[in-house]
Amino acid sequence: MKLTTLTLYEQAILVLPSLILYTSFALLAQNRLLSLINIFAIQGTLLTITTILVALVSHQHHLYISALLAFGLKVLFIPWLLRQHVFRLNLHHEAEAIENPALILTGGVALVIFSYYVALPIEQLSTLVTRNTIAISMANVLLSMLLIIARRQAISQVVGFMAMENGLFFAALVSTYGMPMIVELGIAFDVLVAAVLFGVFFFHIRESLDTLDVDRMNRLTEVEKNLE
Amino acid sequence: MNSLYLVLFIPLAGIILLTLVTHGRGAGWLNIVMIFLTFCASLTLALEVLYQGPQLSANRLFYIDAFNVYLIVLTTFVGLNTAIFSRPYMAYEVERKRVSLPQMRVYYTMYQAFIFAMLLALMTNNLGILWVAMEAATLATVLLVSLYRTPESIEAAWKYFILCGVGIAQALFGTILLYFAAEKFIPDHNDALLWSVLYEHAHQLDPAVVSIAFVFLLVGYGTKVGLVPLHNWLPDAHSEGPTPMSAVLSGLLLNVALYALVRMKVLVDGSLHNELAGHLMMGFGMLSFLVAALFLHRQYDIKRLFSYSSIEHMGLMTFAFGIGTPLATFGALLHMTVHSLTKSAIFITVGHATHIAGTQSISKIRGLIRTQPEVGWGLLMGTTAIAGFPPFGLFTSEFLLLVATMKSYPWLTVLLLVGLAVAFAGLFKNIQPMVYGEPPAEQKAVRANMLPVILQLMLVLWLGLAIPGFLAGWFEQATELITGSLPWKESL
Repeated sequence: MKLTTLTLYEQAILVLPSLILYTSFALLAQNRLLSLINIFAIQGTLLTITTILVALVSHQHHLYISALLAFGLKVLFIPWLLRQHVFRLNLHHEAEAIENPALILTGGVALVIFSYYVALPIEQLSTLVTRNTIAISMANVLLSMLLIIARRQAISQVVGFMAMENGLFFAALVSTYGMPMIVELGIAFDVLVAAVLFGVFFFHIRESLDTLDVDRMNRLTEVEKNLE
Repeated sequence: MNSLYLVLFIPLAGIILLTLVTHGRGAGWLNIVMIFLTFCASLTLALEVLYQGPQLSANRLFYIDAFNVYLIVLTTFVGLNTAIFSRPYMAYEVERKRVSLPQMRVYYTMYQAFIFAMLLALMTNNLGILWVAMEAATLATVLLVSLYRTPESIEAAWKYFILCGVGIAQALFGTILLYFAAEKFIPDHNDALLWSVLYEHAHQLDPAVVSIAFVFLLVGYGTKVGLVPLHNWLPDAHSEGPTPMSAVLSGLLLNVALYALVRMKVLVDGSLHNELAGHLMMGFGMLSFLVAALFLHRQYDIKRLFSYSSIEHMGLMTFAFGIGTPLATFGALLHMTVHSLTKSAIFITVGHATHIAGTQSISKIRGLIRTQPEVGWGLLMGTTAIAGFPPFGLFTSEFLLLVATMKSYPWLTVLLLVGLAVAFAGLFKNIQPMVYGEPPAEQKAVRANMLPVILQLMLVLWLGLAIPGFLAGWFEQATELITGSLPWKESL
């Protein structure tokens, strides 16, 4: 396959996923909360553009609604909400210490290679132009999981959680041109509720622990502790 | 057909009504009334299915067959009993100032939302909606786990939220892959996630994609079932929340997650024609069963003790569905029923016991039978039943499972027997002093309504002595659906 023989659309559909993958790596490396949220919003924007592009070419009209949902939730609402929390919790000056950043990024690369390996039999089946990107969407999901595991900050973990939802949305988009509308609406509703609940939790955690460092949550163990 | 919509509509109305009710005492009663109406509707639905066979709603969004109809009735029944228990229990918690009145409003609203989400998950025909409903069930319960606002409960809720959220995201990826495999040959893409359609076309699904999809689905829904090593959230979430929540989480939500997994397995088996799904489930199931049985020995908190017992039993059921012979499947279906009745009854009793002793610590709960005989006896009977003693229903189902294992994988029977013995020892080592020991001087009886417990344990006893004809009929139909043949074709 030569890149120059592809149509403009196909070229774009190859470039956009790689940009999305790039944002996933950027999320892994970023240690400032506000920048983290900004990158998340950029990822959402790229996702929206990809959706519109796929909708234009495939003539799947329900994808326009998906694009609108993605834009409203992933570009506007969730980043706005998270930024709001960061300011209210007075965390916008703090930088989080990431342990072993080089190791985490190398692990990320390994995950991408692993995703390509797993997706090999699936890609051979697909007839869609977007099929090359199934591996990337799987990598996005796994990279977001890595982000949740690597971070100790509750808000960073939530960004990872939401980025994982992005990866899943992307997977559905590229492998099947999106899920049936009713399912997509349901998922969007769940994400919305989750985002609001996470906000409630930030304050509860802060109230009880005086910090958002989840490493400080270590009261529940299997060993007998001094009750009361 | 209308009863189908009623079963979903009543809890939905309950959510709205209970957000409006500010009066603390009325909300408890309203909660009971709403769930009682849901229970009645589910009985009507069950009768319809009994006389007219499986029901597919006109828009094909809902599908009720023998496999989910008994789980629907079970869910509403246990939900009703727990609601009856939770009204005075939560009123007492308000008295003790552990929860405030606005929090009570959250509690009752979320109770209805949780019941609604579980019923939706059970009734829907669309695998995407099934996922949405499972996630919604998590979201509805996460604020209830942290209701007491202690550092422990917030930690438990956060763990529950993140672990289950991440876990269940894997299930969505699996669902997307399944959809990808299905839309190849199903012309209308809106049909490609309908279980009833996929079931007919299962043999056309591409095996390579389906096997990858099943791994993701197993990890995803397995997290919610509480399979080891994905079980970390379960003992925390079940022990730190209010006790009525522990009863419905252990008794109902785990069942619903396992139900989702088995529905997926049916499709995967239809496509793969090999034992991949079965063997994976057997492995995870056996591991959960053994690990949880061992962990029963080192618990210090009475609710954690019974949470691990839940993991143990869910492992056993997953193992049985994994074996996949008709006899094992029949046993697993029966085990789902009796386990959820017994476990919720135990948690209700435990709720009273913790109010008597004022703590959840096993070493501080003593002499229940002397302070309040009905609670002590309830705990003793419940534990006897959950440990699998005759004549209770769990003996019957575990016996069936043992026979089925002996037929298919004789050498695994040894592991099962050892596990059951270890679990039995772990339970009674802890329960015996709590029931019989010397009560502390100032320990007083509390007001306890043991009717739900007695009712549920009597049902478990009844199922142990004789399974009523209609229920056995449903179990047989469900077994035929899952395995393709009837349990009694191979002689016992």
